[in-house]
Amino acid sequence: MNINDTFDIRSGEMHIEVHKFRAGAIFLAAGLALVLQAFLPVYLPKAAILDLPLLITIYFGLSRRNPSTGLLLGMVIGILQDSLSGPTVPLGLYGIAKTFIGYLASSIGARLDTEHPAARFALTIIFFGAHQGLIVLTERLLLSQPEPWFTIHLGIAALINAVVAVFLFMLLDRLRKS
Amino acid sequence: MVGIPSRHRSLFLLGGVIVLQVLLLAVQIKRDSQGRLIRVWTVGAVSPFERAGAHGIGSIRNAWNHYFALQNTSRENEELRRENDALKLQITQLQSKAAEADRLAALLKFRQTNVDVPMVSARVIGCCVDSASQTIDLDRGERDGIRRNMGVITPDGVVGKVIEAYQDTAQVLLLTDKDSGVGAMLADSGIQKPVGGTGESLLVMKYVPNEDDVSTGQRVVTSGMDRIFPRDLPVGTIAEIKAGNTFKQIRVRPAANLERLQEVFVLLTLKPLEIKQDSRAPASQAATPGAPASAANNPAAAEKP
Repeated sequence: MNINDTFDIRSGEMHIEVHKFRAGAIFLAAGLALVLQAFLPVYLPKAAILDLPLLITIYFGLSRRNPSTGLLLGMVIGILQDSLSGPTVPLGLYGIAKTFIGYLASSIGARLDTEHPAARFALTIIFFGAHQGLIVLTERLLLSQPEPWFTIHLGIAALINAVVAVFLFMLLDRLRKS
Repeated sequence: MVGIPSRHRSLFLLGGVIVLQVLLLAVQIKRDSQGRLIRVWTVGAVSPFERAGAHGIGSIRNAWNHYFALQNTSRENEELRRENDALKLQITQLQSKAAEADRLAALLKFRQTNVDVPMVSARVIGCCVDSASQTIDLDRGERDGIRRNMGVITPDGVVGKVIEAYQDTAQVLLLTDKDSGVGAMLADSGIQKPVGGTGESLLVMKYVPNEDDVSTGQRVVTSGMDRIFPRDLPVGTIAEIKAGNTFKQIRVRPAANLERLQEVFVLLTLKPLEIKQDSRAPASQAATPGAPASAANNPAAAEKP
């Protein structure tokens, strides 16, 4: 249990603290993730396996613990990612998936302790899978593109993103107001 | 947000945001055959209402036209009824003309088959069929060569004989009259007996002994013995046979339709004639073994009275 958390003895419920961030930290982190997502693969093709906007959405969803702001942040990041992804990706594909992820992360963050690295690792894998599932579902239903639900590549990508998330989230913890 | 519990606000917001983005996707996605997805969805969402509306308006219009707006229907019905009656009458007239054409064609064929036989065609212009006498009136008379006792026939068979010849008309005693008679014989066996009328629709063949072999359906033709009708003209077919004290009671159905005569031929001679029968005569007649050679089948064998 985090040192900032409190425990109500009468109801037995755990009250988890909502973290605040420095002014502009969220926008700065989201913008940087989008830029890196678009910029890095040009010079480092293997970096395309990372989904930095997704990790940012997960982190701020888990930390802010407000479903409304979480889903709105996910929507904005997702639509911006759609915009940067070129003409083959219609606006809304990543937007829908990240909206859901933002909502889920915020909802789960309000109920679970998500500060431990192991929890973050596991949650990132779950959210990565859910994110990918939502994208495939959208592609199948709306775009008539029968993409596979799971591949080895996706499994490896989930693990790598989870590992990166553990360290990235620690880095982002420094942006919190003390 | 007013009216929405705070714990559900984020859920509503999620739903709204997702719907907006799905619509955003639908605007962009273009299907090859159906155009943009948003258009497909819009048409799919609106068309049931359009169909329901069209059906509803159609039903209302139908109900209005069939149950309320009937001010002209009665007049139209009356007009249609009149038109229907006129058409029925026209059909009846056409059917009558077609039947007349058939009859005239049969007469013409009969006349052409017997072109060497002096006969004149006449139209039936009147009749006085009652229990006392059965006669018809023809539109031809002495001017056309018609005299008393001349035979009257149709292509189907014997009709009767002229009993009065006036200047332009003639009166014919039908074969069914009780005073009428014709020399006849059975086509198969050659038994010669007179056939006469009874005042009813069937004729009787008289004086056929009980021992003679006669059966229903046998054809009865003229024998030529009365010197009015030539041999082998159809008289009728045997319809009933009853055994009597000495003679059979044989009833014969006339070959000619004596109740619906319209055109007939009058044989313009009192001398014996030889009539060529139509090829429509039943083949069984010619093929019956043991039957005497008739004038039609073997003119050389015809008995000259």
